[in-house]
Amino acid sequence: MPKLTIDGREVEVAAGLTVLQACESIGIEIPRFCYHERLSIAGNCRMCLVTMAGSPKPVASCAMPAADNMVIQTNTPEVHKMRRSVMEFLLINHPLDCPICDQGGECDLQDQAMAYGFDRGRFIENKRAVKDKYLGPLIKTIMTRCIHCTRCIRFATEIAGVPELGATGRGEGTEIGTYIEKALTSELSGNLIDVCPVGALTSKPYAFCARPWELRKTETIDVMDAVGSNIRVDARGNEVLRVLPRLHEEINEEWISDKTRFACDGLRRQRLDQPYIRVDGKLKPATWPEALSAVASRLKGVPGARIGAIAGDLADCESMLLVKDLMTRLGSPNLDCRQDGAALPAEPRAAYLFNTTIAGIETADACLLIGTNPRIEAPLINARMRKRFRNGEFAVGLIGQAAELTYPFEHLGEDPRLIEEVASGRHPFAATLKAAQRPMLVLGMAALARADGSAILDAARRIAETTGMIRPGDGWNGFNVLHTAAARTGGLDLGFVPGEGGLDTAGMLAAAEAGALDVVYLLGADELDTSRLKRAFVIYQGHHGDAGAHAADVILPGAAYTEKDATYVNTEGRVQQAQLACHPPGEARADWKIVRVLADKLGHPLGLDTLADVRARLAAANPLFASLDCIEPAAWASFGTAGGIDAAPFGAAVENFYLTNPICRASVTMAECVDVLGDRQGRKTGTHG
Amino acid sequence: MSAATPAPADGTFCFTPENEGTARAIIAKYPPRRQASAVLPLLDLAQRQNGGWLSQAALDYVAQYLQMPPIRVYEVATFYTMFNLKPVGRHHIQVCTNLPCWLRGSDAIVAACRKHLGIGPGETTADGAFTVSEVECAGACVNAPMVQIGDDYYEDLTADSMGSILETLKAGGTPKPGSQSGRHSCEPAGGVTSLTSTPAVQRFLEKKAEGNR
Repeated sequence: MPKLTIDGREVEVAAGLTVLQACESIGIEIPRFCYHERLSIAGNCRMCLVTMAGSPKPVASCAMPAADNMVIQTNTPEVHKMRRSVMEFLLINHPLDCPICDQGGECDLQDQAMAYGFDRGRFIENKRAVKDKYLGPLIKTIMTRCIHCTRCIRFATEIAGVPELGATGRGEGTEIGTYIEKALTSELSGNLIDVCPVGALTSKPYAFCARPWELRKTETIDVMDAVGSNIRVDARGNEVLRVLPRLHEEINEEWISDKTRFACDGLRRQRLDQPYIRVDGKLKPATWPEALSAVASRLKGVPGARIGAIAGDLADCESMLLVKDLMTRLGSPNLDCRQDGAALPAEPRAAYLFNTTIAGIETADACLLIGTNPRIEAPLINARMRKRFRNGEFAVGLIGQAAELTYPFEHLGEDPRLIEEVASGRHPFAATLKAAQRPMLVLGMAALARADGSAILDAARRIAETTGMIRPGDGWNGFNVLHTAAARTGGLDLGFVPGEGGLDTAGMLAAAEAGALDVVYLLGADELDTSRLKRAFVIYQGHHGDAGAHAADVILPGAAYTEKDATYVNTEGRVQQAQLACHPPGEARADWKIVRVLADKLGHPLGLDTLADVRARLAAANPLFASLDCIEPAAWASFGTAGGIDAAPFGAAVENFYLTNPICRASVTMAECVDVLGDRQGRKTGTHG
Repeated sequence: MSAATPAPADGTFCFTPENEGTARAIIAKYPPRRQASAVLPLLDLAQRQNGGWLSQAALDYVAQYLQMPPIRVYEVATFYTMFNLKPVGRHHIQVCTNLPCWLRGSDAIVAACRKHLGIGPGETTADGAFTVSEVECAGACVNAPMVQIGDDYYEDLTADSMGSILETLKAGGTPKPGSQSGRHSCEPAGGVTSLTSTPAVQRFLEKKAEGNR
């Protein structure tokens, strides 16, 4: 534990910290551009210079390890002069075009020039100008503003794992870019905008949209995947203009995926802003009373067994709970929140959670991926896997489609029967798992959403049990299910699955096709074959005019995730609440209210009149909902059903990274990404060669 | 490494078997899995094989050969001015125009190139025989002005001696490299001024030999 003196104060810091971190630990702010806590140290911007007794020259505090008996000064006239001079050098070639720069108002260079800079420059020669680079549809570049801190290069190389950015040329001719013009092939590329301390890399879709001080900022959570990234939604008026990450060390650190960040323009398009009723085969606008009456009159006299409800991937827990309650009162056991047909039981909880937790990946030392491509199913979990890989000694095996995951792995094969081989210990990778101190496995939806899903779940459970993944004694559970839907864990926690004798999604679709199901309630369910629902009366409650709405007989317009106070549970089982950032458009309403009013109309009042009532009911239905943002380790029990595993290889759980839900399907930005980058599975779409 | 060698195709680059052997010998100098350290010598090797410049295919080939991300090779190749990223003539004349050479008359050398070849810095003759470039200090200031042609330095130049070098090259000959003023290496231009007597050690040895006799 080195002990050093900073500005006359004696400080003892942990070994391995730098002088800059030591200063921060006692609340002394050191200006910096190139230094970033999560990236390697470059030490090239020189903004963090401090003086050190005994050193003839100032030292870059970001790169200087704290050592015993150092005497550091950060607040002397000499240091102030150095900062002013460094700032003057940085601004020599900077265009100072803050009035037309999107970074203006939230720019490190601007802020630090105000705090540490000089009020005029002495440089009268021509400034250099750099040609802008093309980095794809998401990132706008104004390279003249670049100060060559190389944060973007380090982020792309280290965190995103796509070494495509570099600094070419030398001296004044240095340029940051890809050299060969290409779009960045990362699903984390939007974070470059955040790491860039100046306005060189800014958001292309958000260009010239707003100034940061005009925006209303709401701290909420994301539903684009099952990770539950913490985000900040910036809105002006009733329009979401951008989405930024919010720090949560245990989930997304300070990154978010491109879908989370850039799909927000989908919230403005294809919206269902009023109820519709199908009249003579065509959807006609209607009022709420008309729509509710239409539902009530159709449901009158229909026996419960001939009604079904399917919850989609973006459904919140409040509305799922109310729909479940309503269905119970209507006497229907036909409920399902697994619209892809994943063979996940609602009991025990450990069977459908990412038990290791996302942060827990960092302590694992061997991992078996089964039927999953975490890079496109949950980019931030993949980023954690990469972080773990960079710390060394991490054996990864994959059963399923091989993909570029940004870290090396052993491809065991595509044959799902290999799972059985590993479970029985015949496969050599079983020995790797057994030898590991903290082995884990990740079971993807591609492995579960098939006819033999339950047998695969069973085999995966046996792998976990036989290779020492389940050790409640020392708090280790290496069995993980990687969900792709934000609603799924919450749905299973609420038991939104078929009751006794009830039909699951496949059963309901078959029954509807056969005419055995009269009414189907789709709670934002769009990712299913709606053509099979033709004979049933379809009630669609949701926010986008997607597949479900097109098949509907009555549309009840709901709210998107930024427009309601709603509860979601992420794949780890962490309960989090989204906050209302702006109001639903037009006549659309928060989803739980719609179900409540409908229940009243149907003569089955639920007795829940306020959000607080609903939240209390949630906690009553499952005590887990009472505690937010914490992980409750799930008890281990047997699950899955023994059976034969089919040799057919796994498909892909996410066909196209950019088009997984109604919001991103409505997003122009996401469509541009598909045009340029394909589906992130290495394929371009059919129309684009 | 052998797996990294792709089959040559049109418009691509591939080491000749001889250079392949050289490349392996270079890589063997570095510890295992540190083959990326060989990027500079391999780029040089590729440039020599490729007629004095590095094509995109050559850059990508070296990246693949060393299992490096291509951008890391691009960074290196664009950093060093000795790597030419555009085609150059058979004779690449690099005229130093830094301060010492300029004070000693590098303008006349550039003018001589223009007079004898009809091209200025950054240009290549129509027949592809000559390229003239301006370069920064090549480290031969004591013999300024100088040019580098291929791997050879030509020093202590005048407009006349530069002219005759270029004419010799045009005629297909090989001019004598080194100082063109007649002095040996970088000895003083007016003849040796110090260390002219026999060194003391030599005198001692000679004396000793005499005594033994």
